[in-house]
Amino acid sequence: MDPILFAIFAGIAVVCGIVMVTQRHPIASALSLIGVMGSLAVLYLLLGAEFIAAAQVIVYAGAIMVLFLFVIMLLNAGAEPKPLRSSYLAGFLGVPMVLALMGLLGYLVKRSFPLDVTVRFGDFTGGSAKAVGDALFRKYLLPFEVTSVLVLIAILGAVVLARKEMD
Amino acid sequence: MDFLLLSLIKTGLVAFVFLTALAYLQWIERKVIAHVQVRVGPNRVGPHGLLQPLTDTIKLLTKEDLIPAHVNKFFYLLAPVIGVAMALISISVIPFGPKITVPFTSIETYLGLTDLNIGVLVPLACSGIGVYAVALAGWSSNNKYALLGGLRASAQMVSYELPLAVAIAAPLLMHNSLSMREIVESQNVVKWGFLYNWSIFSYFGIPFVAFIIFLICAFAETNRIPFDLPEAENELVAGFHTEYSSMKFAAFFMAEYANMTTICCLAVILFLGGWLPPTPGLDWVPGAVFFASGVLMLYHGTVNLARARDRISLPLFGVIFCGIGVLHWIPVLMPITTPLFWFLSKTLFLLFLYIWVRATLPRFRYDQLMHFAWGWMFPVSIGTLFATGLLVAVWK
Repeated sequence: MDPILFAIFAGIAVVCGIVMVTQRHPIASALSLIGVMGSLAVLYLLLGAEFIAAAQVIVYAGAIMVLFLFVIMLLNAGAEPKPLRSSYLAGFLGVPMVLALMGLLGYLVKRSFPLDVTVRFGDFTGGSAKAVGDALFRKYLLPFEVTSVLVLIAILGAVVLARKEMD
Repeated sequence: MDFLLLSLIKTGLVAFVFLTALAYLQWIERKVIAHVQVRVGPNRVGPHGLLQPLTDTIKLLTKEDLIPAHVNKFFYLLAPVIGVAMALISISVIPFGPKITVPFTSIETYLGLTDLNIGVLVPLACSGIGVYAVALAGWSSNNKYALLGGLRASAQMVSYELPLAVAIAAPLLMHNSLSMREIVESQNVVKWGFLYNWSIFSYFGIPFVAFIIFLICAFAETNRIPFDLPEAENELVAGFHTEYSSMKFAAFFMAEYANMTTICCLAVILFLGGWLPPTPGLDWVPGAVFFASGVLMLYHGTVNLARARDRISLPLFGVIFCGIGVLHWIPVLMPITTPLFWFLSKTLFLLFLYIWVRATLPRFRYDQLMHFAWGWMFPVSIGTLFATGLLVAVWK
């Protein structure tokens, strides 16, 4: 059952990812991004990381929602126009280069992980709320706090940039 | 018994009861509002209008299903599907009662479909995805009223989700678990000899503040009065579902009522002790309540005629209610019926509160609504979270 579910949702994630890039409509792209996030959440669930799966849906879906609102409200974006004529050079050079990149990445991933370790569904136990909390607030406390300060600075920057001139 | 078969039976039962209850919730709402406004309410179809939900369903099913020419068809059709699916899913993690043994068999099962160790997060995630239904419906309708409604709804839901989640965190801190069943079990302590330790009764009433915040945010999350700006009919026609007709409109309607019910269940579990009674030794109460109301109906149906032209329905319902009361007193059934009674009566009380508020309060202005969320609800919820955290740290 697990490998079948994995195949289904991994497939959905990949298809949604491709659709997200190829779609001309920003809202369709945002929706496909939600598809990717949702299927990733199912993959986390399969691995036994329930809390991370729920956080994935709540945080990422909520975040994309804001993106959505921006697309609708501020950009008022319609579908992008099709380019008049597609470039042959891109087709001839691009496809082999993408394939080469994929092959290289696959090779590196295969090289960097030892072969005798296989991932089995349900083996992972660090995905509960307790385990995640322990990891965040004990083992990785400093990186966690530094990251939150970084996010705070980013928020402040966004507020300053987006604020109207009030004088 | 086989786990799969048992789960299928339970799912079918819960789905049937839940969907019927949603239909009748609308009847209850119309009746209650009517009586608040000194009207009679629906009374033509069946005794007291009791068959009104059935006729409404038939009406909605058989109406012409219109797809306007100017809509973005894919998203327009997708939106109600997302909305109703996400609204109905979250009932699956709500526990209705403790572990029981099915009478006359040796099958042991929990009342409730499933218990996840992230249970509390599932309704939050579902409502997070449910926002897309509203936003997509508003946008894809290609109509400015619908778009305004959709934008208002999604901005409002995103804003109020934050204090809602923070208010939920207070009972989670107290009970140290994310599983709803464990949260209720940890409230199953009698303190001072007469009171079950519901969350709102502990820690000097600070969780009570969290409960109030949760309730207000729940009103806003489900787009109900006084926060129903997204469908303010004197400004926006009908808001995000202006262009929807027939079953697609009914899907949004059903999603609203399902969300209401689920969020009330969540409030009961987190703050009001789930299926626990207020004090120990009240096992005779459920039967007595039903029996007394049955006797009252019999009295008004036979001796003191309240409905002179209809001499069947009141006595009939009187007999049925007496029967239900007697069922609550049968010792074999008591482990099932008593927790269910307490759970459902608390949930129904909260739903009644929803309707009561709808009949009482006017609507906010939009800027007031946003200022209320960010200027009041959010700071107060953070404050209660800090206070609860401090008390938990000191006492435990």
